[in-house]
Amino acid sequence: MDAILLQILNGLDKGSAYALIALGLTLIFGTLGVVNFAHGALFMVGAFCAIFLQRLLGTSFEIIDETQKDFLGNPLKVQAPYIEYWFGKDIGASIIDWSVPLAILLTIPVMLVIGYVMERGLIRHFYKRPHADQILVTFGLAIVLQEIIKYFYGANPIQAPEPSAFKGSVDLGMMLGFQANAIVYPIWRLVYFAFSVVIIAGVFAFLQFTTFGMVVRAGMVDRETVGMLGINIDKRFTIMFGIAAAVAGLAGVMYAPINAPNYHMGMDFLVLSFVVVVVGGMGSLPGAVLAGFLLGILESAASTTWATTTIPGINQIIIYLVAIIVLLTRPRGLMGRKGVMED
Amino acid sequence: MLGLNKHDAMLFVIVLILTLLAPFLLNPFPQGSSLAQFNAGYPDLMQRFVIYGIFAIGFNILFGLTGYLSFGHAAFLGMGSYAAVWIFKLLTYNVVPAILLSVIVAGLFALVIGYISLRRSGIYFSILTLAFAQMSFALAYSVLSNPKFNLTNGETGLQVYSNDPQWLHRASLPDMPHLFGLSVRSTYTLRMNGWTFDFNSGYYICAAIMILMFYLSIRIFRSPFGMMLRAIKSNQQRLNYTGLNSRPYTLAAFVISGMYAGLAGGLLAAMDPLAGAERMQWTASGEVVLMTILGGAGTLIGPVLGAGFIKYFENIFSKINDNVLHQWFAFLPDGMEDLMVTIVHPFIGKGWNLTLGLLFMIVVIFLPGGLVEGGQRVGRVFRRRDRKASGAEAEAARQRRTPAE
Amino acid sequence: MGILEVKGVNKRFGGLKALSDVNLSVRENTVHAIIGPNGAGKSTLLNCLVGKLIPDTGSVMFDGQSVLGRKPHEINQMGISRVFQTPEIFGDLTVMENILIPCFARRDGAFRLHAFENFAHEKDLVEKAEAILVDVNMIDKRNMHSASMSRGDKRRLEMAMCLVQEPKLLLLDEPTAGMARADTNNTIDLLRDIKSKRDITMCIIEHDMHVVFSLADRITVLAQGTPLVEDEPENIKGNPKVQEAYLGEAAH
Repeated sequence: MDAILLQILNGLDKGSAYALIALGLTLIFGTLGVVNFAHGALFMVGAFCAIFLQRLLGTSFEIIDETQKDFLGNPLKVQAPYIEYWFGKDIGASIIDWSVPLAILLTIPVMLVIGYVMERGLIRHFYKRPHADQILVTFGLAIVLQEIIKYFYGANPIQAPEPSAFKGSVDLGMMLGFQANAIVYPIWRLVYFAFSVVIIAGVFAFLQFTTFGMVVRAGMVDRETVGMLGINIDKRFTIMFGIAAAVAGLAGVMYAPINAPNYHMGMDFLVLSFVVVVVGGMGSLPGAVLAGFLLGILESAASTTWATTTIPGINQIIIYLVAIIVLLTRPRGLMGRKGVMED
Repeated sequence: MLGLNKHDAMLFVIVLILTLLAPFLLNPFPQGSSLAQFNAGYPDLMQRFVIYGIFAIGFNILFGLTGYLSFGHAAFLGMGSYAAVWIFKLLTYNVVPAILLSVIVAGLFALVIGYISLRRSGIYFSILTLAFAQMSFALAYSVLSNPKFNLTNGETGLQVYSNDPQWLHRASLPDMPHLFGLSVRSTYTLRMNGWTFDFNSGYYICAAIMILMFYLSIRIFRSPFGMMLRAIKSNQQRLNYTGLNSRPYTLAAFVISGMYAGLAGGLLAAMDPLAGAERMQWTASGEVVLMTILGGAGTLIGPVLGAGFIKYFENIFSKINDNVLHQWFAFLPDGMEDLMVTIVHPFIGKGWNLTLGLLFMIVVIFLPGGLVEGGQRVGRVFRRRDRKASGAEAEAARQRRTPAE
Repeated sequence: MGILEVKGVNKRFGGLKALSDVNLSVRENTVHAIIGPNGAGKSTLLNCLVGKLIPDTGSVMFDGQSVLGRKPHEINQMGISRVFQTPEIFGDLTVMENILIPCFARRDGAFRLHAFENFAHEKDLVEKAEAILVDVNMIDKRNMHSASMSRGDKRRLEMAMCLVQEPKLLLLDEPTAGMARADTNNTIDLLRDIKSKRDITMCIIEHDMHVVFSLADRITVLAQGTPLVEDEPENIKGNPKVQEAYLGEAAH
């Protein structure tokens, strides 16, 4: 029982990321009818917002500290971040410590702008063009985005640690009444899971309870009719694209402490998120979320020693295998509407 | 000629001549001159031109004709390479069985992957092929490379070691890939004044195969089969209501293009007996898509042009560094020179992928028909200018006539 | 015994009963029209005939064989060709190629890997295709890109594509929908011409009375998913039931 629970928990962080990316992909596909191959790159850009802010906050100048001496007895030169200089040492240090959560404030406007510019400047001109062209142009954009990041941040992963308050693990097993050390789980992963649940709930609430959301949902069902009603659906779709980009960016920024971001992380997640969308059912938002968590958990279950000794490397291919089986036996996915994209 | 019509035959002869004379044509600048950096007549670069040409020609049979966009063709390229290296390890360094096996292996995998992927069309098909390719990559990179069962040798890549059996190897044969004793590395260098030209046997083996494959693709384009594939792209519903089953047609196209990719992979391994998983990555799949659309998807010559174009500029761009840039812009005032170098810097050297991505977008946005269409457009502009002139005369003549009537 | 026998066909979409107990018999070498007001189930019936939909119950027999559960290409190979409401042609191909494809389908069946011959060298088929193009008066457009033609020409081309297969039954789905009067008349002439030159059975689904009465030998009136009457055109005109069905629609 505790072993199963541990596997479920282990799958949650990746599952959350898959779910958030898949949610955005589905929103874009459902509203605009476009398959966005650059969505993974948006996730990656989000993660690098955390790196950017961390570096920005850490920008230092050199001061001569009279209180410290080097071994020759001269005053020591130390690096002092401006932020500590401006706000005082303690506040400054804790701002730097909290750079990842703070980066959320940066990520949201950045991603909204990127999303807006992308839709207005690029995607918009591809609504009427074949799907192949949409795939190709967003694919090109994904390469460009990741190469730009690589140019500025290099090819190696960069650490972006979580605030020290969230470092370490908690013994969840004890809390739930299992024996000690049975289920030890990193705190930040719990935070990430909670964070993604909040965002998913937020997106659903937004679609469910606002007029805007109602129009978008109607547009997902029948774009032309809503357009004929005189509702400016295009403008709403632009905003929707921005939101989808922001969701991907938020998924990325909070993921940075879990896995040190590198420039190609986006594509790795994108391919799996596509699989998630397909398994969940193209165009189904709950399906995308459900499939995201399910596949994340499945992947972690396949990573257990038992699984990997039975079939070496099963953890690397399990998701693809599941996707192929789902597509062949139930083409519309777990929760897809009948008749949508079945051929 | 050869069952081709006049226009195709001419195209074929042009490709034939260009390929055979490539060692001359690609080394137009004398050795040691400042322009020698633009030469491309090195054996390994020329080999890549024709090998990726084969890859793109095959991809075009699927994408260009049927419109099915596969994002996983690099998987077949990689499988071909692995198959070839295994022949080198177990049997012989002779390239003939290696290439045959790589085509067969890729064909079989294409049959299975195509059978499953082609049950869906449109974006679903693209995603499925991408998933298959990523799965193949994961298999090659780690899953099939464990102590119990090492098929791919993981990160290091599969290569030939001195203790490999090579049952058919004889001491008299070269200790590297060869064609019945003719080593692929043997090169005859012709020196004329300042110029040098390399005639490499490996290149000519690949070139001969590419010419054959190009011929085959022309025949496929002009065949009833090719016409059916174009009809699938144009209107699949009509095709079904005309009594034709589109599924086996697309599957056949998929397998044929998979075999082309396997052949290209086998040749890559034959020129350099090494197979690594990175050959199967999605970037490699994206590259062949770009070659095809850059040249012109659905045209005969487009993929060959696209492959040559990309491999040439990849080579040039990767070689350029800031020093070279400073030389180029030396004629500018100092400030301008530095500015230009700073602007161009991100796109060269290791920045080639950035250039590639931008190129990708530009081609899709502005030139969906690729270089071939671009060329035709330019041609039309010139012709229209002629016609406009004659059109104006005709108009003037009509006006002169009208009052008299 | 007709060439096409529809017996007791029912089709439901959720709560909507689109077809209920449809019986229809199309006799060989006649032009049989199926008319009815909007929503009468004409298109549903047609889709059941070509394999796009499978009826819930009932049978559809063509030439003594059931068509149910067969794929569109199999049904076509049995001898049923279909003309769509908006002309469905291969827009990226030339007129000649458009005609050659059905020729190959007729000769070689649903699939053949003939990847090495040149299609232009198939003398017999090219001649056959040219003959049909002369028939529909399009031979001068043989090398034209078919997407760039007028709608009327596309319609002609689509008919030619069907005719070159020498189908036993030609299904026409509102062939004049959305056409101007002149174009409609041209289409009527074309169909009459086709009928006069060869033995062919046609089944027309049509909304336009003018077309129906100019062409049909026999008419079935469909209303609310059920056949109301089946009779000769003269008798249909005065039939009070038919008038009621149509007037009922007009009154709405």
